[in-house]
Amino acid sequence: MSEFLRSYLTVAIFGLVGLALVGAFLGLGRILRPDHPTPQKLESYESGVDPTGDTWSQANIRYYIFALLFVIFDVEAVFIFPWAIRLDAYGAFGLIEMGIFIFILLLGLIYAWRKGVLRWA
Amino acid sequence: MSAVFAAVSTDAPIFVAQNVFFAVVALLMVGSALKVVTTSNVVHAALWLVLVLAGAAAQFILLGSEFVAVTQVLVYIGAVVVLFLFGVMLTRASMGDDESVAGEKRSMAAVVAGLLLAVMSVALIDSFSDDRVVIDQPQLVTTVADSIFSQYIVPFEAISVLLLAALIGAIVVARRD
Repeated sequence: MSEFLRSYLTVAIFGLVGLALVGAFLGLGRILRPDHPTPQKLESYESGVDPTGDTWSQANIRYYIFALLFVIFDVEAVFIFPWAIRLDAYGAFGLIEMGIFIFILLLGLIYAWRKGVLRWA
Repeated sequence: MSAVFAAVSTDAPIFVAQNVFFAVVALLMVGSALKVVTTSNVVHAALWLVLVLAGAAAQFILLGSEFVAVTQVLVYIGAVVVLFLFGVMLTRASMGDDESVAGEKRSMAAVVAGLLLAVMSVALIDSFSDDRVVIDQPQLVTTVADSIFSQYIVPFEAISVLLLAALIGAIVVARRD
């Protein structure tokens, strides 16, 4: 157990150093840069055109389908990882079991494709 | 708690560190959870929720459950929060600061939260009382894999059908626009 937690201590230190680096460079920039804000400078940059409307705008419903598809295949991936680690032990049995699992989910993808929800137009 | 572990294990310093990390992460989680319910911007609430869920993943690591921690990050932070954000972005016409989100019905929310805490506490204490879970070995992903592909092979295949049903249901619902 201690070996396991020590290895994750490395991960924790790595993350903290990453955060500290970001903080240090942003802080350094804040100290060093000149600061003369005008309303024009504070506007969002939008391809060189003056931005119009609110940044909090409603998203297209089509994105939702892609988010949902992502969730489903994300859960599928969660089951594939442990399977991949032990694939050498399971052999053909594991291949068939995972084949069935992926095939059933593939039916959903085919359904989505046939219904045209993957098409953007 | 650390004293108990010290008596039975030579890993005592690790268990002290474990408890210190637990406390730090738990405090971060409670703070973030409070921000989730008090911030007036729904999108910011979802982002604070990311911090709470990341804290839960860290707690799973501290308990030696690597697979659960990775799943927590992959599914909850990666997918469920994305769904929350999309749900908010699709349904709310104005998403900026909205004082009514955090302010309205605050007392009712407190009552519901208090009741939920009471019910969960009673359920947990009733089922575990003073059982002590001794975790001396980390749970490896290979162990999880072996139990999925032996004892739980039928539920595993059933999950694919459940996911298929969710997928098709979502498409049917979202297509009526």
